[in-house]
Amino acid sequence: MKMVQAIIRPEKMEAVKKALEEKGFIAMTIIEVRGRGEQKGITLEFRGKKVDVDTIPKMKLEIVVKDEDVEIIIDTIRASARTGKVGDGKIFVLPVERMCKVRIDD
Amino acid sequence: MPINAGDTAWIIAASALVMLMTPGVGFFYGGLVRRKNIISMIALSFIAFALVSVQWVLYGYSLAFGPDVGGLIGGLNNICLQGIGLEPTGSSTIPPMLFMLFQMTFATVTLAILTSVFAERVKLSSFIVFGLLWTTLVYDPIAHWVWGGGWLAQLGVLDFAGGIVVHISAGFSALAILLVIGKRIGFGRDLMEPSNIPVALIGMAMLWFGWFGFNGGSALAANGLAVNAIVVTNTAAAAGALVWMLLSWKDGRPASLGIVSGAISGLAAITPAAGYVDIFGALLIGIIAATVCYIALTFRIRNGWDESLDAWSIHGVGGLLGVFAAGVLATTAINGYSGLLAGNVHQLAIQVIAIVATVLYSLIVTFILAKGVDMIMGLRVKEEEEYVGLDISQHGERAYT
Repeated sequence: MKMVQAIIRPEKMEAVKKALEEKGFIAMTIIEVRGRGEQKGITLEFRGKKVDVDTIPKMKLEIVVKDEDVEIIIDTIRASARTGKVGDGKIFVLPVERMCKVRIDD
Repeated sequence: MPINAGDTAWIIAASALVMLMTPGVGFFYGGLVRRKNIISMIALSFIAFALVSVQWVLYGYSLAFGPDVGGLIGGLNNICLQGIGLEPTGSSTIPPMLFMLFQMTFATVTLAILTSVFAERVKLSSFIVFGLLWTTLVYDPIAHWVWGGGWLAQLGVLDFAGGIVVHISAGFSALAILLVIGKRIGFGRDLMEPSNIPVALIGMAMLWFGWFGFNGGSALAANGLAVNAIVVTNTAAAAGALVWMLLSWKDGRPASLGIVSGAISGLAAITPAAGYVDIFGALLIGIIAATVCYIALTFRIRNGWDESLDAWSIHGVGGLLGVFAAGVLATTAINGYSGLLAGNVHQLAIQVIAIVATVLYSLIVTFILAKGVDMIMGLRVKEEEEYVGLDISQHGERAYT
C-alpha cells in the first residue's frame, strides 16, 4: 500500500477529483494548505517596489492505494492538474504500513 | 414654496437609505467572488462612493442638473454647488442642497453596480480613472437627459427613480467594458465558487432596505406617492424573488442567490415605474422581470460572457423591462400618467426611444472610454496579480487570515 500526496492548485481540485473518480478512485482526503515552492511564492512588482506573497494557497489530496495503482494515480493527477506554469504542485508517494477501519475490527 | 419639515425629514432619511445601497452592492458582489478578491470587491464600491461623492459636489451635479444646454448636458453654473441653497425654490418643498445630496447617492450606487464587470481582474488605478470618466461622460449626461430637463425629459419620458439613469446605464455599460477587459483567467474552466454567500445575502438585505429610500424618496415628498412607490417596490421585489425561486427549483435546487437575484430583478424593473403603477402592475413587473432576467442570465452563461456578477442580465435587462412596462402599465389613478393599457400609445413610443438612445449611448461611449483607459494604463492587472488575487495585489490585505 502506498499513500499518494498531491499538492495542487485549488482551482484544479474539481477536475482532479473528477478524473480520479472516472478511473475508479473514490476515497480521498482533501486539505486546504498554504505553502511555497522553490520560487518562494510569487513576487509582485509595484513601481520598483517588491511585494512578496510568500505562501500560496494550495489543496492537498491524500489517497491510499495498492502499489500497482500508484502510476495511474500520478498520471491522472498530472493530466488533470497541469497548466504548464510554475506552481502546478508536487506529488509524493509514501509507504503505508497498515490501514484499519474504525467501524469494524478487521 | 416654504420648506416642508416632513418632506425634508423624509428625503434626508431616504438619502441615508440610498447611501447604504452602495456598500450593499459591495457586500453582495464581494460574497460572490473568490476569497482572494472579497476585500477588493467591497472596496471598489466604497471607492465608487468616495470618488463620485467628490465629483458630484465639485461638478457632477452641475453637469446633471445645471441649466439645460441643448437638451444634452447641464451647464457649469452650479460648479462647487454655487447657487445651490438651503431654501426651497419654485414648487419644491425641500432645500436644493438636499436634492443634490439625494441625487448624489444615485450616482454613487450606479458606479458601484458597474463594478460587476471588473470583478477579480481590474487594476485599481485604472478603475479610479475610468470611474471618474464614466460618471462624468455617461452617468451625468443621461441623468440630465431624463431628470435634469434634457431632451428625454422634454419628450416626457417616465423614469420615476432611475430605470434608465441607473440600471440601463450601468447594465449596458458593463457589456461594453466586457468587450475590452475580457474574461477572468480560467473562466468556464476552473471552479469559481462564491467565497461567502451569507455576506452576499447581507449585501442584498442592505439593497432591498435602501431601495425603499431609492424609490420612495423619488417622490421628493413625504406623501401618498412615496408610500405607493414603497409598496409597489416591495411587491415587485417579493414577486421576483418567488418567481426566480420557482424557476430555479424546476432546474434543480432553489439557491438563496437565485432568490435574491429574483428580488433584485424585480427591484430594478419596478424602479422606473414605481410612481405610476399600482400593486397589480407591480406584481406583473416582478413576475416578468424575474422570468426574463433568469433567461438573460442563463443566456449570458451559455455564451461564456464573463459579466461576472450580472449587472447586465439583472440590472440592465430588468431596468429596460421596467422602463418599457412604465409605458404600458402607468395608470392615472396613481400619478396622473397613463400608458398603453389606458390607450396612450404615445407614452410607450417615448419609452422605447429612451431605451434605444440610452442603451446605444451607454454601449458606445463606455466602449470608447474603456478602450482609451486600457490603451493608456491597462484595465487589467498582470496575470500573476490576478492569480494571487486583488486583495493582496491591489490592497495588500487578506480577508481570511
